[in-house]
Amino acid sequence: MSILIDKNSKVVVQGLTGKAGTFHALQCAAYGTKIVGGVNAKKAGTTHEGFPVFGSVHESVEKTGADVSLIFVPPPAAADAIVEAADAGIRLIVAITEGIPVMDMVWARREVERRGALLLGPNCPGIVTPGEAKVGIAPGFIHKRGKVGIVSRSGTLTYEAVYQTTQLGLGQTNSIGIGGDPVHGLNMVDVLKLYNADPETEGIILIGEIGGPDEQNAAAYIKEFVKKPVVAFIAGAAAPKGKRMGHAGAIVEGKSGTAAAKKQALKDVGVSVAETIAGIGALMKDALKA
Amino acid sequence: MKLLECEAKAVLKSHGLTVPAGALINAPQDIEPALRELALSGGVLKAQVFTGGRGKAGGVKLFEGAAEGKEIAQKLLGITLVTHQTGPAGEKVEKLYLEPKSSIARELYVAILLDREANNPVLILSAEGGMEIEDLAENHPEKLLRQHLPIGHDLWAFQVNRTLAFLGLSGETGKELIAVINGLWKVYQQEDCSMLEINPLVVDKDGHVIILDCKMIVDDNAVFRRAALGNPDADKTPSEVEAAKWGLSYIPLDGSVGCMVNGAGLAMATLDLIVQAGLQPANFLDVGGSANEEAVTHAFEIILSDPKVKVILVNIFGGIMKCDIIALGVIAATKKLAPKVPIVVRLQGTNVELGQKLLKESGLTLISADDLVDAANKLAKAAKEGAR
Repeated sequence: MSILIDKNSKVVVQGLTGKAGTFHALQCAAYGTKIVGGVNAKKAGTTHEGFPVFGSVHESVEKTGADVSLIFVPPPAAADAIVEAADAGIRLIVAITEGIPVMDMVWARREVERRGALLLGPNCPGIVTPGEAKVGIAPGFIHKRGKVGIVSRSGTLTYEAVYQTTQLGLGQTNSIGIGGDPVHGLNMVDVLKLYNADPETEGIILIGEIGGPDEQNAAAYIKEFVKKPVVAFIAGAAAPKGKRMGHAGAIVEGKSGTAAAKKQALKDVGVSVAETIAGIGALMKDALKA
Repeated sequence: MKLLECEAKAVLKSHGLTVPAGALINAPQDIEPALRELALSGGVLKAQVFTGGRGKAGGVKLFEGAAEGKEIAQKLLGITLVTHQTGPAGEKVEKLYLEPKSSIARELYVAILLDREANNPVLILSAEGGMEIEDLAENHPEKLLRQHLPIGHDLWAFQVNRTLAFLGLSGETGKELIAVINGLWKVYQQEDCSMLEINPLVVDKDGHVIILDCKMIVDDNAVFRRAALGNPDADKTPSEVEAAKWGLSYIPLDGSVGCMVNGAGLAMATLDLIVQAGLQPANFLDVGGSANEEAVTHAFEIILSDPKVKVILVNIFGGIMKCDIIALGVIAATKKLAPKVPIVVRLQGTNVELGQKLLKESGLTLISADDLVDAANKLAKAAKEGAR
């Protein structure tokens, strides 16, 4: 079983005709993902790199039955694109765009929730179900279908965890990046719930970073509900206070936002925490043996 | 983007909020015309800096008469204020703001910021203004009232009631206070603030509410539509500004290991790795996902312009970023700048074979690492040898 996407998912790309949209739509299609087309109101009715271009997400849903949307729309219009996807009845919205104004996301998130859609991101690498489908910008070739579920706030650290688990022969059920912005859709607990219920997922790797409440909430959920082994890494132990470390969400504003506080919260509920990202794969392997 | 008090107050004024009439002082001779314009005989001079705690550090002074005003301006302009927030480097005072003295009966605290747990802005109130809010939050959380604000609307009536009861205000003063809070909430939403703080919000002896100080931070993601409010680069170092031009995210730090990484998470994890290896990072540098050869060269130049740097670690996991692009950038920069410090390079991901082949064939003395553990070991060894 896989979570959120599989080989039958039909994906429409918002922002297909831009440089990043074009490149990654082709990469996703090459991985085996069913890309059913793109959206661009000004180029409706044309084709782009062989993909049909629709005038709206609504039109793409009517004509292709698209149920997943992948968004590369630039920041000023990205929140609008997210709400459009939700309004058109898209089930899962994957927003790659980095740099969306926070107030736009505060209301966009509400609009998405009200319409019952799921939002992954923004400012995230997306999701891969190895061997079936890839919706996002992660390098497909490092993945291998296996037994570890990965959830992360960072793109490149997701790739590290994927690469190490592939090298160690564990493989992944899914890799999911929830994104580095302060206001985002699916959070760590939402993804943990899915992995916890997925029989194919035997162990879970959780990669957090400084700032925000996601990791503490994950710890509370793990304590209550998760029996599968969970290992974690928290980036940013060496980050100075009050400095935004690349991600808008990665900034230490209070004691609970520090790497030390997050590591402790996870250790307290029995999660093994890697001291460096280099050791995350080996830690998962050990935890699965025990 | 952080705004200075004078800039933030101008924003509030443009939204119809009442702020004290003030004047900017760039030099001591500005005092006399400013007093004339404001029809004052004396007032308060406030250093215009981004840091908090400026009052305690001596950045706020009362004066009477133009002569004393000039004398104080002379003393304050150009000094470096060191507060608990600035660290030992401090912040230089380049301008002052002159305002009337106020007759303070009570000092309150009002702030609006994002509650990430609720994904909604939250209003924070305290009857004890002027205090360090961090101290209050830690030691006396019961002295703070937190209420989630309604998007697109003024405070609900029940929130008005709770606010007034909590602060012990009523009548005209209460009405003024609620008008100020609703006004601040409107500004927060319409100007894309990530933090708006009035500390203190004063009730004067006549019962009027006065916005005495104002801290405003505008969401960096919204600067493209709010840049007119202030100077987005004002609180950044020249190398941070230069880096941003090339799409690089750079933060100078105190150590001696320069690093260049792709992705914010991996860049943070790399700092952690350096510290674990018993060393200290000289910078945070995320080249992002779409940097070209030229941007990589600039990243290297910025790292090498820091004289503290004794060894460099390049740590790339190519996803969108291709390893051959990084390799070409590293080769170009190394040929151009001829750095004397050892460089450890760890490449992984998209086009890794091509990247490693390019590095090998370049004939440059780069230390190649297979994985992160190997990179940390080679880094520690290079740093040790460099220190001899």
